[in-house]
Amino acid sequence: MFEALTSVRTAEQRMERSSNFELFAWLFMRVSGIILLVIALGHLFYMHFVVGVTNIDFALIAERWENPFWRIYDTFLLFFAFTHGTNGMRYIIDDYFRGGVRVTLKLLLYLLYFALMVMGTYVIVTFRV
Amino acid sequence: MAETLKIELRIKRFNPEKDEEPWWGEYEVEMGPTDRVLDALHYVKWHIDGTLTLRRSCGHGICGSDAMRINGVNRLACKVLLRDVAPVVTVEPILGLPVIKDLVVDMEPFMAQYRSVMPYFVNDEPPPPRERLQSPEERERFDDTTKCILCACCTTSCPSFWARGEYVGPAAIVQAHRFIFDSRDKAAAQRLEILNEPDGVWRCRTVYNCTNACPREIKITEAIAEVKKALLFSRL
Repeated sequence: MFEALTSVRTAEQRMERSSNFELFAWLFMRVSGIILLVIALGHLFYMHFVVGVTNIDFALIAERWENPFWRIYDTFLLFFAFTHGTNGMRYIIDDYFRGGVRVTLKLLLYLLYFALMVMGTYVIVTFRV
Repeated sequence: MAETLKIELRIKRFNPEKDEEPWWGEYEVEMGPTDRVLDALHYVKWHIDGTLTLRRSCGHGICGSDAMRINGVNRLACKVLLRDVAPVVTVEPILGLPVIKDLVVDMEPFMAQYRSVMPYFVNDEPPPPRERLQSPEERERFDDTTKCILCACCTTSCPSFWARGEYVGPAAIVQAHRFIFDSRDKAAAQRLEILNEPDGVWRCRTVYNCTNACPREIKITEAIAEVKKALLFSRL
């Protein structure tokens, strides 16, 4: 009986055992999902219906970012949408891949996440016309 | 009873001693209007091909032996009326567990997950002179999850389990729920610790296949959510 019991989980998983990481990831998905419902739909509504897709150009964004509200709004949108999406991708990788492939794909995912987050934040914070 | 039901039965067959690959056995059977899928399988086994292998015990929806995939969904063959699935009935073994022969799968990986959540009553305090009392409300708290018959319909309908057999699976979480929320039991914290692993409740993606598959109509996804909530509020 105990042989079967221990065979169920690998040593790697037992090491992760006492961590609450997955719990917080799960909670984050719920909370960010609710936040995104407001800010992502708000963004979509504003850009598509209030501004209109055909009117979006450099000048419009430049003017919009004169206002710190929109810079903060876009920073939040970047962080929540991108982190939510990345964690979703991590779930898929964890579900469907094993061993080296799993580690490699997750590493690539985190590198991409980090690079794009830094780039996005850098643009939003330092943008000058 | 003059009325008969013409059934085209397609059964996924596999004999590891003879077959390289599983194949579809097709059987035309005439059954009565109140017959079940299990009766049609019996008919094939008793009158057409005696090598057809399946598990069944009580034949009345309580032992949980004859879980199989019927027309693409996990059901107990003894609880599905042919007239509800006629005329073409496809029967496969439940997914995600190794097939031993035809419709019989190796349940050991499923049972190992079941054992891993301490599915038994734990209380080291000396028992009172009579029984350990519990109010009707306290009993009601975990009533739904006491109905589980370990047929594996839920776990083997779960895409997370298909993708990753290390996932503890809905059935084991239901069994853990039955004891976690029992006011007389003292090992809730240990069970929650086990289910807090990445392959514990957090592998659940809220697909609801388990709830749809359960022949006992247990609200499984809700039970899993209650375990997640218990974990959340015990760790925050």
